[in-house]
Amino acid sequence: MNTHTTQSMDITPHAHADVGGPTQPLLMVQDLIKHFALPKDILGRSSGVVRAVDGIDFAVRKGETLGVVGESGCGKSTTARLLMNLTVPDHGDIIFDGQSVGSKELSLKEFRRQAQMVFQDSYASLNPRLTIEDSVAFAPQVHGVDKQAAIDRARDLLARVGLDPRRFAERYPHELSGGQRQRVNIARALALQPRLIILDEAVSALDKSVEAQVLNLLLDLKEEFGLTYVFISHDLNVVRYISDRVMVMYLGQVVEIGDCETLFESPRHPYTRALLSSVPSMDPDNRTEEPPLSGDPPNPINPPSGCRFHTRCVHAESVCSTTMPKLVTDAQGTGVACLMHVVRSGHSAAPLSEQEAA
Amino acid sequence: MSVEENFVDIRNLSVTFTGGRKPVKAVSGVNLKVNRGEVVALIGESGSGKSVTLRSILRLHNPSRSKLEGQILVGGQDVVAMSSGTLSDFRGKVASMIFQEPLLALDPVYTVGEQIIEAILRHESMSKSEARARALSLFERVRIPSPERRLDAYPHEMSGGMRQRAMISLALASQPKLLLADEPTTALDATVQIQILLLLRELQRELGLSVIFVTHDLGAAVEVADRIAVMYAGRIVEEGSTRTLMRSPRHPYTRALLKSLAHGSVSKGTRLETIPGSPPDVSALPPGCVFADRCSLALESCRQTIPEIVTISPGHGARCLRLDQTDQPV
Amino acid sequence: MMNIAVNPAKVPAVVFEKSTGYWQNVSQRFMRDRVAVFAAIVILILFAMAIFGNQLAPHDPFAASIMKRLKPIGFPGHWLGTDELGRDMLTRLIVGTKLSLFMGITPVVLAFCIGSVIGIIAGYAGGAVNTLIMRTIDVFYAFPSVLLAIALSGVLGAGITNSLISLTIVFIPPIARVSESVTTQIRSRDFVDAARASGANAFTIVRVHVLGNVLGPIFVYATSLIAVSMILASGLSFLGLGVKPPEPEWGLMLNTLRTAIYVQPWIAAMPGVMIFITSIAFNLLSDGLRTAMEIKN
Repeated sequence: MNTHTTQSMDITPHAHADVGGPTQPLLMVQDLIKHFALPKDILGRSSGVVRAVDGIDFAVRKGETLGVVGESGCGKSTTARLLMNLTVPDHGDIIFDGQSVGSKELSLKEFRRQAQMVFQDSYASLNPRLTIEDSVAFAPQVHGVDKQAAIDRARDLLARVGLDPRRFAERYPHELSGGQRQRVNIARALALQPRLIILDEAVSALDKSVEAQVLNLLLDLKEEFGLTYVFISHDLNVVRYISDRVMVMYLGQVVEIGDCETLFESPRHPYTRALLSSVPSMDPDNRTEEPPLSGDPPNPINPPSGCRFHTRCVHAESVCSTTMPKLVTDAQGTGVACLMHVVRSGHSAAPLSEQEAA
Repeated sequence: MSVEENFVDIRNLSVTFTGGRKPVKAVSGVNLKVNRGEVVALIGESGSGKSVTLRSILRLHNPSRSKLEGQILVGGQDVVAMSSGTLSDFRGKVASMIFQEPLLALDPVYTVGEQIIEAILRHESMSKSEARARALSLFERVRIPSPERRLDAYPHEMSGGMRQRAMISLALASQPKLLLADEPTTALDATVQIQILLLLRELQRELGLSVIFVTHDLGAAVEVADRIAVMYAGRIVEEGSTRTLMRSPRHPYTRALLKSLAHGSVSKGTRLETIPGSPPDVSALPPGCVFADRCSLALESCRQTIPEIVTISPGHGARCLRLDQTDQPV
Repeated sequence: MMNIAVNPAKVPAVVFEKSTGYWQNVSQRFMRDRVAVFAAIVILILFAMAIFGNQLAPHDPFAASIMKRLKPIGFPGHWLGTDELGRDMLTRLIVGTKLSLFMGITPVVLAFCIGSVIGIIAGYAGGAVNTLIMRTIDVFYAFPSVLLAIALSGVLGAGITNSLISLTIVFIPPIARVSESVTTQIRSRDFVDAARASGANAFTIVRVHVLGNVLGPIFVYATSLIAVSMILASGLSFLGLGVKPPEPEWGLMLNTLRTAIYVQPWIAAMPGVMIFITSIAFNLLSDGLRTAMEIKN
């Protein structure tokens, strides 16, 4: 499939220097908050605030794929937009390879060179008036690459994502299928030779057979270019397949984070358990009998006090409605925000000492 | 009508759309039978014709832009040949439909209760309070909490899962015998989806409903369906009980589809087995087997004639010339 | 067919498949719409009349004759009769095309240039800038266009230039509004976000991504205003605020032929018929353009 040599694209595994070294997480998010105000009525009284993202902390290691899961209202899409600064956070720090984004060490424009995003709607992500190669070549030109070199790079990338440039480079988005458009979006994301790519439901709108092709492509590209992915999806099977670590969000907060297989095999947070057992069974002799959770995911306008999940949790006790459990991540990047796992939290199932918790 | 007789019998259905520059045959020669109280899932990707087939059962397609051929027998009546008067009695009373997006199917300016009452009163005459009582019991049956209050809610005031339940009760208002479901859980969150799937199973048991459930999600089909029919480019390529299809799929497309699904059984880092190429363009179908271009087992003979359905075992059939090559487990 | 200078180590003898561009698609679709094509032909004829009016006209538009006042249609030498000063109607209708079209099109063109800039800025900037600009525009929008045109002309005085100015001012708010609304829609699309995410500044994004998607719909809306502009201009002339006699212009001709309606009603109606035909043609043209531009995938 690839008939191009690497010299034509002038790519070293990272066009950008690795500043922090291998142990430095590529991305660290600290106390990120975004609230959206609801429209005020005539008297200026606000009808409330949507707490879309309400204080989240997590880190993404170099070369890993962090899966992000959660249902409506959990804040995962808002988080993606906050990371790319398409929506401005109300509070919080985003630290890329040890440098704070937007600071003197790392300007926003420079950050955007190193972190890119692929959106869900493959058609809306492409300017209908530009040819495919013009769309892909746009970003390099913004950063100073001259037009012909940018077009060459675009054609090269199209070939790498499996689209023959002779057939596709001068076409328009509406002439391509959904899967092909999404490949274009991936090529576009790669045009600046980034280190981090955020995929916001990037395969969700594709047919299953096409989805499999695009997932394989993502894995190939990750190896070839040494990329780090943040993979947001509602499809738990896909997340399990592609992620190294997984982060579960609920009502604007992170409730659990940890190694992918461990989280899927033995989830600790009651919400994670409920979510994972909601995946339809593929075994006709072993169908699901009881829904693990009743009711709909609540909306983040007036979240419950204390632990946000306590209103739907089978293990809830009175302490859960008054105390908000904090997410504490250990050295392996594993953590759960539940009072049942916090030493002496007041919950009957809580461990009594550090040794018991281990 | 004896119990053995199929409640739904679709015979050689073809649907051609004539609105565009050239006619597009979205569905070709589909045969499908559904018994009373049975749930059949129609699985397929874009261009498979599954939604078109479903909508034809209620004749929802614009008659000036579409042509239906064949027979759709529901309870002995042929839907294709019905007059418009019979058709409006048929819709809602014998068969009704639920859709993917309830916000689009429910009228935003009336409360859900009003819409259900209107639906009831269209087919039966009773007083409004009797109709309301029936609406209330429907809400209870679909497990909507505080049903009395929710009858007076507007669609936009309800959450997604509740709207879907409201739509189901609207579909059941006149006690139909056949429920058609067009991707009803695709737009729902995982925890809500499983609730609705279990609800449908429960309703099937309690009411003896026949259900035809269209989806692209194999997992949802397995949870809900007794039998599964796989569609590709307007034809059914394999059909059998859920167990048979999941344990021993025989058509290359079904097998490839199962292999390409990302489940936990695939170890990390291994690439998924993919079906090369892309879903078919229904306006330009090749002669012969439509799947041949993407099939690893395709021979020249496959490209020349459209294969007939071969019965592998009672109730299990596949449309393929190479079935002798597909009897190992996936 | 394209020859590009490529590294020979890459693909040899490249022939890139080109697809028909957007505007080619639009013109193809337009050509298939018979009504729109007919309207376009009518407009071309009108333009021809405007440009070659003086050569086409059988008589001098200003040649008056007391003896030949208000002669009916079919009068020898004057096929469409004469007006209240004995001037040949056919001549004045033909020669009047130039000024009438000019009064109709020019304000819209000017308003398009000014209004779209205002609207695009407001639409892209959003927030406080948007509010400031659009609420100011709304003040003008609150006046019915006819009254506004009359009021402005009254302030500025009669005459062609002044009425052009007042009509331009009348049309800037609606064009600005449409521009703002289309720009806001485009701005929320993912591809604009993707462009922002690549680090481009606002100006580049507007130039590369927004303009190409926005100017089309605004242009179509503007063409639908030409008919309105013609009628308003005729109205101003009718009221004595626009073109001054003896210039041939359809609105003015309607005014001066007013009293002739009892004597020669057909003749008195003729300038109105010309206005009618022109307005309909422009409306149909803009409808056809709008339909042709709705390209679905």
